[in-house]
Amino acid sequence: MNSTTATKPAAVASKPERRRRPIDYKDLTFNFFNYLILALLVLATIYPFYYIFIYSISDSIEAQKGVTFWPAGFSLEAYQTTVKLPGIMDAAIVSLSRTVVGTLITVFCCSFFAYLITKEELPFRKAIYRFVLVTMYFNAGFIPWYLTMKTYGLQNSFLLYVLPTALAGFNVILIKTFIEQLPASLEESAKIDGAGYFKIYTSIIFPLSMPIIATIAVFAAVGQWNTWFDNYFLVENPKLQTLQLVLYNFLNQSSNLSNATTEQLNRGDLVRTLTPQSIRMAITMLVTLPIVLVYPMLQRYFVKGIMMGAVKG
Amino acid sequence: METTTATQAGNKRRFKSSHRRKDGYKLLLAALPFVLIAFAFSYVPLFGWIYAFFDYHPGIPLSKTPFSGLDRFREMFSDPRMGPVLMNTLALSFLSILTAPIPMLFAIMVSEVRSGWFKRLVQTVSTLPHYISWIIVYALAFSMFSTEGAVNTFLMKLGLGGAPVDVLGNYERVWTVQTLLLLWKSVGWSAIIYLAAIVSIDSEQYDAAKVDGAGRRRTIWHITLPSIMPTFIVLLLLSISNLLSAGFEQYLVFSNVMVADRIEVLDLYVYRLGLVTGDYSYSTAVGMFKSIISIVLLFTVNLLSKKFRGQGIV
Repeated sequence: MNSTTATKPAAVASKPERRRRPIDYKDLTFNFFNYLILALLVLATIYPFYYIFIYSISDSIEAQKGVTFWPAGFSLEAYQTTVKLPGIMDAAIVSLSRTVVGTLITVFCCSFFAYLITKEELPFRKAIYRFVLVTMYFNAGFIPWYLTMKTYGLQNSFLLYVLPTALAGFNVILIKTFIEQLPASLEESAKIDGAGYFKIYTSIIFPLSMPIIATIAVFAAVGQWNTWFDNYFLVENPKLQTLQLVLYNFLNQSSNLSNATTEQLNRGDLVRTLTPQSIRMAITMLVTLPIVLVYPMLQRYFVKGIMMGAVKG
Repeated sequence: METTTATQAGNKRRFKSSHRRKDGYKLLLAALPFVLIAFAFSYVPLFGWIYAFFDYHPGIPLSKTPFSGLDRFREMFSDPRMGPVLMNTLALSFLSILTAPIPMLFAIMVSEVRSGWFKRLVQTVSTLPHYISWIIVYALAFSMFSTEGAVNTFLMKLGLGGAPVDVLGNYERVWTVQTLLLLWKSVGWSAIIYLAAIVSIDSEQYDAAKVDGAGRRRTIWHITLPSIMPTFIVLLLLSISNLLSAGFEQYLVFSNVMVADRIEVLDLYVYRLGLVTGDYSYSTAVGMFKSIISIVLLFTVNLLSKKFRGQGIV
């Protein structure tokens, strides 16, 4: 009751002011076109994802005649067949493991190294820091990379996915900058209590740096989920295929897909009810879905990260 | 009296410094593994550049391969494929530089949106393509633009256009198509940095302009644009230093028989020479050539930026 009476005078007071402003037609047309163009851009971005989704849940034969805005019929058969495709489940596990393990390794290495670099007692501090940072700016090239990885015995090894990405100069800069602005007194009091460097790192620095560490974890996780070229060039073992590459192979080799669909005929079904196109859509959906579901929640971390990078860079 | 306090202080200092040194060793020991990681994965591959000076064939150890000096570098000038590949690389890089103002424009448009939820929607949705891999972009593009894809089906339903258009296999338009795909993937993400710059503009400037009777278009032209120009220039300079690094994954994924010729960029050529043709030495030489030019470009651009802006970009 009180609050409504309290806000009323303010509303009354603001009303005549608003009325006094003449309608600015230039402003109106500006707004109209601005909103229209942005709305069209949103549509152009969303539609391909939406299309894949409605196609994948459509009745396969109906969908072949074309879907635009609504699913044609309804069937989950494409998904049921997809999850049973050889290699899909293994690939999902590989992709998930590389995402989890790779992210943990990157987060630990970048943050612990950044912490060490903030310690002035560290001999050759500047030189070590530069040594790692400079790696951002050069690249040996394809064949040298390929041969080195082979020499290390990382060919056909899970470690190839998670080790080379352990230290990233950019991440180290971000975390180091963050740690430097934490109050030094916290660390000093822990030191007086007899805590060692690693103990201080795990009990004070790491928890306090959570905002920036979360950002880096998200960067690393999305990167891991999306990376496939290491798999493409150096891993042939079918047990170690990533989901991305499996999708790529299915997109390119229609023979695999027709095998899957002719299996239906072999099973004794009289009509083929599944097209390769439907299975393609279902696999694409499975690879894309984790990102689409997770990224809006992580968006703010990303934005924070890129802004900090912009300030530093 | 005085001397004793002096020695006491000296002892204390000595004790402290030896303590410090011990700490220093500990820290150095802890940092060592990370130095090794950086060395193993970033510096060791550089030794692979040595292959460019030999006539190396996989299977034969390097010690038994003939030294070829700069022959593999000279080979580049007589390689008939080198011209078209450089052309593709530069054309695609140039087109992406040409579209560089679009994310800036997009950011300005988003910043002019008054409605909070709409702004958030546009920002969230427009960054989505940044988070997906090129393989997924390919899957989406294929489902949209293949002869049986959404666009052709839609046109057919409307009764427009006779034969289906094969967008992804169009030899003439492949550069345009690829540039648009890259733009689709990156516009929202690239806009974030401009949006951050716009947010940090002092709002008093806008208020003052409004009092002076400036409309939206004039505030954009005289306040927003000049404020984000420095950001634009830094990004532009960076993209110039990346001139020879037109995206590898994108063109690998979108390469097909129809367009392969015009889409083969330097990185893709290096890969094909190495793993498909098996000419490790020549592939390394071409890769080296690319890396060195890129670094030289980066330094040049950095120097220019220091000279004219008083601030480097790296």
